[in-house]
Amino acid sequence: MKAPPFQYHRPQTRDELGALLSSLENAKILAGGQSLMPMMNLRVIAPDHLIDINRIADLVGIRETAEGVEIGAMTRQADVLSSGIIRTRLPLLRHALEHVGHIQTRARGTIGGSCCHLDPSAEQPAMCAALDAEFIVSGPDGRRIVPASEWFEGLLQSAVGEREFLETIRIKPWAKGHGYGFAEYARRHGDFAIAGAAALIETGSDRRITRAALLSFGVEASPRRLSEAEAGLIGQPVDKLDPEPVVSAARALDAMEDVHVTADYRRHLAGVLIRRALNEACATLERPS
Amino acid sequence: MSGRFFGAAVTRVEDARLLTGTGHYVDDIELPGMLHAAFVRASFAHGRVRGIKKDDALAMPGVVAIYTMDDFADIAQGPMPPMAPHPLLKTPITYHPLANSEVRHVGEAIAIVLANSRANAEDAAAAVMLDVEYLPAVSDVATAHGANSPAAHSQHASNIAATMKAGFGDCAKVFAQADHVLTERFDIHRGGCHAMECRGVVANIDLLTNALTISTSSQSPYMVRRHLAAYLNRDENDIRVMTPDVGGGFGPKANVYAEEFAAAMSAIKIRRPVKWIEDRQEHFVATTQQRGQIWSIEVAFNNDGHMRAIRGHCIHDNGAYAPYGLILPATAIASFPGPYALEALDLTVDVVLTNLVPTSPVRGACRPNVAFLLERLADRVARHLGMDRQDVRQRSFVKAEQMPYTTGLKARDGSPISYDSGDYGGALNLVLDKIAAEDFEARREEAKQRGKLRGLGIASCVEDTGLGPFEGASIRVTPAGKVIVATGASSQGQGHRTAFAQIAADALGVELEDVTVETADTAKFPLGISTIASRIAVTAGSSVQLAADKVRTKAITFASHQLEVGEHDLELEGGAVRVKGIPDMKIKLSEIARALAGSTGVPLPDNMEPDLAATAYFNSNALTFAYGANACEVEVDPETGDVRVVRYVVVHDCGKLINPLIVDGQIRGGVVHGIGNALFERMIYDEEGQPLTTTYGDYFLPMASEMPPIEIHHIETPSPRNPIGVKGAGEGGTIPAAACVISAVEDALGPNGPFIPTHPVSPQQIVQWLQTER
Amino acid sequence: MTERSLTFTLNGQKHEAKADPRIHLGDFLRHSLGLTGTHIGCEHGVCGACTVIVDGVPVRSCLMLAVQIDGCIVETVESLGKPGNLSPLQHAFAANHGLQCGFCTPGMLMTLEAFLRATPTPTEDDVRIAISGNICRCTGYQGIVQAALDTAAAKANPT
Repeated sequence: MKAPPFQYHRPQTRDELGALLSSLENAKILAGGQSLMPMMNLRVIAPDHLIDINRIADLVGIRETAEGVEIGAMTRQADVLSSGIIRTRLPLLRHALEHVGHIQTRARGTIGGSCCHLDPSAEQPAMCAALDAEFIVSGPDGRRIVPASEWFEGLLQSAVGEREFLETIRIKPWAKGHGYGFAEYARRHGDFAIAGAAALIETGSDRRITRAALLSFGVEASPRRLSEAEAGLIGQPVDKLDPEPVVSAARALDAMEDVHVTADYRRHLAGVLIRRALNEACATLERPS
Repeated sequence: MSGRFFGAAVTRVEDARLLTGTGHYVDDIELPGMLHAAFVRASFAHGRVRGIKKDDALAMPGVVAIYTMDDFADIAQGPMPPMAPHPLLKTPITYHPLANSEVRHVGEAIAIVLANSRANAEDAAAAVMLDVEYLPAVSDVATAHGANSPAAHSQHASNIAATMKAGFGDCAKVFAQADHVLTERFDIHRGGCHAMECRGVVANIDLLTNALTISTSSQSPYMVRRHLAAYLNRDENDIRVMTPDVGGGFGPKANVYAEEFAAAMSAIKIRRPVKWIEDRQEHFVATTQQRGQIWSIEVAFNNDGHMRAIRGHCIHDNGAYAPYGLILPATAIASFPGPYALEALDLTVDVVLTNLVPTSPVRGACRPNVAFLLERLADRVARHLGMDRQDVRQRSFVKAEQMPYTTGLKARDGSPISYDSGDYGGALNLVLDKIAAEDFEARREEAKQRGKLRGLGIASCVEDTGLGPFEGASIRVTPAGKVIVATGASSQGQGHRTAFAQIAADALGVELEDVTVETADTAKFPLGISTIASRIAVTAGSSVQLAADKVRTKAITFASHQLEVGEHDLELEGGAVRVKGIPDMKIKLSEIARALAGSTGVPLPDNMEPDLAATAYFNSNALTFAYGANACEVEVDPETGDVRVVRYVVVHDCGKLINPLIVDGQIRGGVVHGIGNALFERMIYDEEGQPLTTTYGDYFLPMASEMPPIEIHHIETPSPRNPIGVKGAGEGGTIPAAACVISAVEDALGPNGPFIPTHPVSPQQIVQWLQTER
Repeated sequence: MTERSLTFTLNGQKHEAKADPRIHLGDFLRHSLGLTGTHIGCEHGVCGACTVIVDGVPVRSCLMLAVQIDGCIVETVESLGKPGNLSPLQHAFAANHGLQCGFCTPGMLMTLEAFLRATPTPTEDDVRIAISGNICRCTGYQGIVQAALDTAAAKANPT
C-alpha cells in the first residue's frame, strides 16, 4: 500500500501556494494528511502533484476579532481543542473535538483540512454549519467569503475551487451563557460517527428561546440544519420544551445507507441524537444571575 | 531441584528486546541484492485468466522481473501439497503458487512482480493487464450449498466438497423419549485474523551451496520446509526455514501459503533474495478467515432441564480452497459435546466451497462456534422451561465424579475422546459467585435508572489442548555454564522462551538469565510440527522438562563418579551439582560440560556419552482438557442499540500454570478477541464475492476504550497426561466469550426479547429487536 | 522522483539525509535509517503501530511523508531505553505483561510517552481513550493500561 508517484511541492507562503495552484494540473493540497494520506496509500487517488502547506505559518492561529473568532485553516485540531479562546467562545466546537479521531490524528489533522475534505460524518465542518461559520477562501481572483450555507456542495465536495485554498474559518460566537449540546454515536471512541447532532440555544430573561440552531450530521451527505424545527423553537419556554417536532424533523432526513447500517437506522439515530443534543443545550444554558 | 520458577509470575525474557525496538521481524530483514515483491491479485471472484500482458509493467522504473506460473516450469509446477490430507478429500483442493488458469476468489495471486522497492513493484503490478473470462461467483454459503448454485470451481458439479459425519448413541430413541424437542438455526458470520503483523517471507538461495533459506512470519516453519521440499523435489536438508519474531499468529499463519512458494521459486529463478511483506489490504483478501457456519440444531431435553441429545447439520463455509484440508470442520465436530453429558449425538457437516478467501483455524478454530451453539441451546432450554440458566447446565453437565469421562466421540486416530479432569459445575458456581450474580438484579435496576438495559451472561466450555503428536526440545550446557534450550516450537508472543527457561532453570538449578531458548529454526532443531491448538506448553514444555531431566541425571552421574558420592546424596543448585548438606562439595555444571566435551587422550568416566546435553520428544498421544466458566455483564443503550461489556469474569482450569502472568495475558487477549467476534467483527462480501469491508474503517477490531477489565480466577487441576501437569491456554479465553456476551445481551433485552442465535450482533439489530418487542 | 535533502533531529542527534518524497516517514525510519523499532501495521492510519513523536506530539508515521520532518525533532521507540536500561514506562510494560508479540508495542509506548508528558495524572478512562487509536490483538489491553497508570503513579509519588 505505497502511495503512487507524485511531484512534491512545499510552498512557504500563501503567494507561492496560489501560484502553484494556478499552474499545476491534478494537484492536491496536503494539509494534516490524516484523510489524504490513507487515500494515497490505498491508491484510491493518484494526484500528479502534492502541495504540502504545512510550512505556511500565517495559515495557523486562533484569534478573536470584532468579526468573530478567526481560526487559521492549518490550525491543528489538538490546538483547537486546547485553545482557551475556543473553550470560552465556541464551547460547542471544543466539545465536538473530543470526539474527533485520536491523539495521533488530532496532532496533525487540521480544522481546515477536515472542512475541505468533508467526510459526511466529520464533526468540525458540521459544527461550522451549526455555528454559521464563514469560510474565507483565497484564489486567483482574490479573496471571497463563503457562508456555511453555501459551503457544502455535495458528498466530499466543498465550495473551494480548483485554484483556491481555504485561509480562515471565522465564527461569530453565540451570546455568553448560551446553551450548547453535542451528541454522536460511533461504535468505538474516535470512529467516524454513524450519526451526530448539535444544538445551540439562546433565551431571553423569560427563559423563552430567542435563537436556536439544530444540526444533524452523518445522516445525509452534508450536515443539515433543521431550519423549520429551529423556527418552531423560537418563543418556546426552555424549561418545558416539546422535543418531538425536532426529533421528527431529524427523522425525516434523506439518510444514507452503507455496508453497516440502513437508512432507517440512521434516521432513527438522527432523532435520538438531536433530542440528546437539545437536552444538553438546555442543561448547559446558564441561568441569569 | 528448586521450584523457584515454575508457577512464578516472572517477567518475560522476550520483553527487553521488544520494548526497545530491537525485535527482529521478517520485514526487518535486509539482505544484499534483495528484491521486493508485489503480487498481481485478482480483483474478481471467479474467472479464467486467458492472457497476461507484462510489457508495459516490465518497462517501469526499478522492475526486474515479472513471473507467472509458467515461468517456474523448470522449477516446479502443479497445485501445492495439502497440509492435512483427509480421506474425504480424495482430490485435495489447494492453490497453485500463482493461479495459472482459473481464479476462485478476490485476492488470489496471479503474478509476482520483483523490483528494487515495494513501491515500484506495486506501480508495476497495477500496470499488468489481464485478459479475463469472468465466471459466475457464489459468495453466500447457503446459496452455494443449494442445488442450483453457481459452481465455485468450474469443474465441480457440486460445491459440497465433503460431508463429515460423527456421533454416538441412538438419537432417534432419545429424541422419542425426551419430554421436549427444540429446533434452532444458528448463523455465525465470517471474521478475520488480523494479527498486527501481516504475513511476510524472505527467500534466499545460497549461490554456493544452492541451499534455500526462508525466513517467514509463520506458526509452522517445519511444515513450510516439508511442503516446499516436496513441491520443489528437494531434500528437506537443503531448505532452512526460520521464523524471526512474529507479530501475532492466531491460526492463519499456521498454513503454508502460495506466497511463500512463489517467493521461494522467484528467489531460485532470479538467484537473488526476494522479500514479500503482506500489506493490510492483502491481509483482508489473501489470509485465511474463519467462523462462517450455519447450523440447524435440534435438542432433546427433559422437564428438569437435562439436555440429552443433539442433532446438528452444519453448512460450513470453507471458501475457495482447502489448503488446510478439513481441519476446521473436524475441529468443530470434535468440540461436541462440550461440557455436556449427552446420551446421543448426530452431526453432519457439509463442507461447502464458495468464491471467497478460504477459512482455516483462527483462535479457537470453530470451538467458539460450537461453544456458542451449546451455550445458546442451554439458555434456550432454560427459557423454554422457565428455569434458571445455570440450573439447566448443572443438570446437563458432565459431573466431576464422572471423570475421566469418555464423551462418545472419537479422535482422528480412532481413539475415544476422554476428558481427563474437570469440575464444570463447580467452575460455574465459582464464576457466579465471583461476579456476585446474586446481587445482579439490583445492578440491573440501578442501570435502568440511568436509562440502560443491563444483562448478565454465562458460558462454559471445554477445550481440548495438547494436540499430538509431539514438539521436541533439546538442552545443552555449554562449557561456560550457559544452558541452551532449542525447540522446534515457534512463538508469536506466547512467551515460550520465558516459560521454557523457567522449566529448565528449575530442573538444572540455575538462574533464569543463564538459560537461552532458541526457537523455530529448522537448522537448529530437527523436527517440529506447528504452534496451534494450544498445544505448545503441553508438548514442547514437557519435552523441555524431559530433556532437562536427562541432563540433570547425566550431571548427577558424572558428579557421583567425580565426588565419589551416591547419586541420591546429590542435588542441583546454584549452577552446580553439590552434596546435600555440604554445599562446598560440588562440581559446577560448566566443569561437567567441559569434561564431557572431551580432551585429547582423556577418557570420559565410566563410558559416559559425551556432551552435557539431551533431546526429548514428548509424545502427546492423548488430549488434555482445559475448561472454564465465564460470566459477564453488558449494558445496552436502548436508543442507539450500543452494547458495552462492563464486567467480565473468567474461571479457568488449564492445569498447572508455568507462568501466571503469561496465562492471564493469553486469557485476556482471547476474551477481547471473543468480544470482538460477538459485537464488532463482521467480514462482509457482496453477492459477487467482492469484499466490502477491506480497511479498518469498515472492519472493527476491539479497542481499549470499549473493553472491560477482565478478572481471572484459576483452578489448577494438574493434567495427568503429561509430566508437567499443564494444559493449553491459548484459546480458552476466546472459546466461550462470544457465547457469554450474547447471553448477556439476550438477558438485557429481557424475557420478551428475542432469542439470539447469531453473532456478531449490531446496534442496528438491537434497535430493530427492541422496536419489534414494543 | 528527485530526492530532497532533510535536516532533522532524531532521538537527540542531528541528522542529514535524503529522501524520496514518495516514502512515508515510517518506511524512511525503518529502511533508510535502519531504525526498525517502528512498525507498520495497516498503512491507512488506524492501527497506531507506526506512532512516533514529532515536535513533541504523537503522530502516525505512515501518514507523514519522510520529507515533512525537515527541521523537526523526531523521537522513536529507540530513544526510550535500552535492554538493561529500560525507561520507567518500559519497565512497567514488562512488569504488567503489557506486551506479547511486541508488534504494536513501540506505537503504544510512543503514544503513552507523549500522553503521559501532557497528562501526568490520568484516570483509567483517560488512558483507555489515549490508546483508543492503537490496536493490540494479543493482550486485551489491560496490562498496557495498568502499565501506564503505574508509571504515572510512580512519577507522582517517587519512593
